[in-house]
Amino acid sequence: MEEHSLLLSVFIYLLAAVVAVPVAKKLGLGAVLGYLLAGILIGPWVLKLITETTHVLHFAEFGVVMLLFLIGLELNPSKLWEMRRPIIGQGGSQVLISTMAIAGVALLLGLRWEYALVAGMALALSSTAIVLQIMDEKNLMPTPTGQSGFSILLFQDIAVIPMLAILPLLSVTGSGSEAGGVLGVIKALTALVLIYLIGRYLLPPIFRYIAATRMREVFTAFTLLLVVGVAALMDAVGLSMALGTFMVGVLLSESKYRHELEANIEPFKGLLLGLFFISVGMTVNFGLLFDNPLLIIGLVVSLIAIKALILYLVSVKGKLPSAARLRFAILLSQGGEFAFVILSQATAVAAIDTHSAEILTVVVALSMMTTPLLMLVVERYCTPATIDSEKPVMDIPNEQNEVIIAGFGRVGQIIARMIGARNIGTTILDHNSAHIERISKFGFKAYYGDATRMDLLETAGIADAKILVIALDDNDQAVELAREAKRLYPHLKILSRSWDVAHAIELMKVGVEMPQRETMYSSLKLAEEVLTNLGYGAFEARQVTAKFERHDLEILHGIYDAETLEDRISIGRDLRGKFEAQMKSDAEYREQAEPDWS
Amino acid sequence: MNPPKILLLHAHPHPRKSKLNMRLLKAVADLDHVTVKRLYELYPDFQIDVEKEQQALQVHDLIIFQHPMYWYSAPALLKEWQDSVLEHGFSYGEAGTALTGKHFLSVVTAGSEKTSYDPIGRNRFTTEQLLAPFEQTAGLCNMLWQAPRILYGGFKISKETLDQHCASYREYLQNYTLEME
Repeated sequence: MEEHSLLLSVFIYLLAAVVAVPVAKKLGLGAVLGYLLAGILIGPWVLKLITETTHVLHFAEFGVVMLLFLIGLELNPSKLWEMRRPIIGQGGSQVLISTMAIAGVALLLGLRWEYALVAGMALALSSTAIVLQIMDEKNLMPTPTGQSGFSILLFQDIAVIPMLAILPLLSVTGSGSEAGGVLGVIKALTALVLIYLIGRYLLPPIFRYIAATRMREVFTAFTLLLVVGVAALMDAVGLSMALGTFMVGVLLSESKYRHELEANIEPFKGLLLGLFFISVGMTVNFGLLFDNPLLIIGLVVSLIAIKALILYLVSVKGKLPSAARLRFAILLSQGGEFAFVILSQATAVAAIDTHSAEILTVVVALSMMTTPLLMLVVERYCTPATIDSEKPVMDIPNEQNEVIIAGFGRVGQIIARMIGARNIGTTILDHNSAHIERISKFGFKAYYGDATRMDLLETAGIADAKILVIALDDNDQAVELAREAKRLYPHLKILSRSWDVAHAIELMKVGVEMPQRETMYSSLKLAEEVLTNLGYGAFEARQVTAKFERHDLEILHGIYDAETLEDRISIGRDLRGKFEAQMKSDAEYREQAEPDWS
Repeated sequence: MNPPKILLLHAHPHPRKSKLNMRLLKAVADLDHVTVKRLYELYPDFQIDVEKEQQALQVHDLIIFQHPMYWYSAPALLKEWQDSVLEHGFSYGEAGTALTGKHFLSVVTAGSEKTSYDPIGRNRFTTEQLLAPFEQTAGLCNMLWQAPRILYGGFKISKETLDQHCASYREYLQNYTLEME
């Protein structure tokens, strides 16, 4: 098919993402697989909507670049320093052993040793984009699995530098084998020093200057400029673009503009990462696959088997909880985007032959697709309860608590702080990684994960708890959780925040006696303050408020008791009218009354 | 000599309806040595800050309870104030000497005429009798009970009488002295 205009291509990509991702999520396949499938679908082998794929892949690599920038922002230098042991230990052994093992297999298959080594290096690396996206989806970042996985990915990103540097030395034609390697290393080091100096000394004043203009889009533009510029610099000297932006991210992690930077890059990252997965799906050369099906499938299977085995051993050494090891091994078992880079570079300097490189590219792309699927299998196979009981990184006292709070957002935090201040044992469940720091600061027992999952609640000790407080900001999840908890633990007292009247009624129907509407009391308080500022005595204002509150509750219960939806609406309207009239006449009576003797 | 420091605890749940009590309050509120605490404005939900109230008591010499006569006693919040602020160990009991030697004055407004507060009147007891719980509370706290100032006849009081009473109340507090006559 002919190439389309840019606009039409963009339309196709967006449409594919919008259609495929929600469907994949609904089927429980996860967003990554959704994008990959969308890519295959619109690519040159199925619908042929897009035929030019390599340029898009290169462009979409920016998604990975931005992802690493964001991760860098989250990691300040001291945190990074704390992680040096797993990075070097686990990362180093994974890369080294996997490279050797894969190169060994390649030798056995009859490749020259130079080619075999290139293959080993290219395939030893895992996909940062896929792994981090899956970890994010499953909230694994704060767990030991997440920490180990991230350490290894980081080491791999760094390992790409020497790998690319020695490619010319492996050239079988000898064409690139002069001083190019050494020169390359010098150029690379210069670039890294340059980035450090810029991040350290040049950026802070520039950010101040730009922030002072108070123009949001200029700030966004500068953030993008920074990321793109650093990536271009790294690309020019043959380094991993992602590593460069990661460095800048780390350097800016203590800047006060951190959150603004994050907010600016986040949407670009999401879209580009999606595009990246789509283009991986598109680049799979099905022609090659149909010509050598057994060879390629065999290679994919052995690649995953070898990498997973080595990762499993690394996880044993790294003291990962035994229940989490298999999942960890599978998580990083695929080939990564750096393989594409290494293979194309190696082809260019004749460190590998074109045919092998093409086959390996297909193997890598296919292996990337297996991860989301294998993860599904692993999670079915390992009972979720054991795997999610994987404790967060911080130490948590292991006692049975009377109170469980689901959700540690704005509402949950206030509840937990007050209950905690009374020394009442409290367990908190939340799946937002942004809340983690706060949970540890208050010293609560915490479980990360989807609070609506009963197995997680069981691990958290719901069977022995007296009270479950639902402070989730997702209305449907709150109802679902209340229903399930009430069904399985009838003794449990369930208290819940609710969004509005309709949500409160839904909660009441599933057994929450008295849901608290989240805006109710602050609004009443403000109304009360209006009265006092108009000259009402504080006590009288309080009385009026309390009366209104009682009426409002009666309306709520009246609506709840009504049989049908139409009944609800008319009963609600009638009661509201009645009470408001009553309060008005009450007020008029009071206003007209003479001051009394007192 | 510095004038004695006066703490006026005012309890009126409905200041907008008040004819007498708020007038009395306004008559003395601007005096430099008088600290006014309007309890119903401070604690409309009855949750009294005990520590703060105790600190205030300690730095004053004369404590005044000013309130309308509600059901032969004070409005409910003033009772709650006594129940929670006058703690054992603070104002009574072996170590409870914080209020020892301070003066205590009741300032009360009543709806009926003085004649009704009489064994043969409608209210059957004199105000002095009805105020006995306050007198004994002051006594247990080792405070010195002063003759209460009572404004009767709120239902039909004339403007002149009210003005006059306000003026005399102001003068009384202005010239208040801790010396015993």
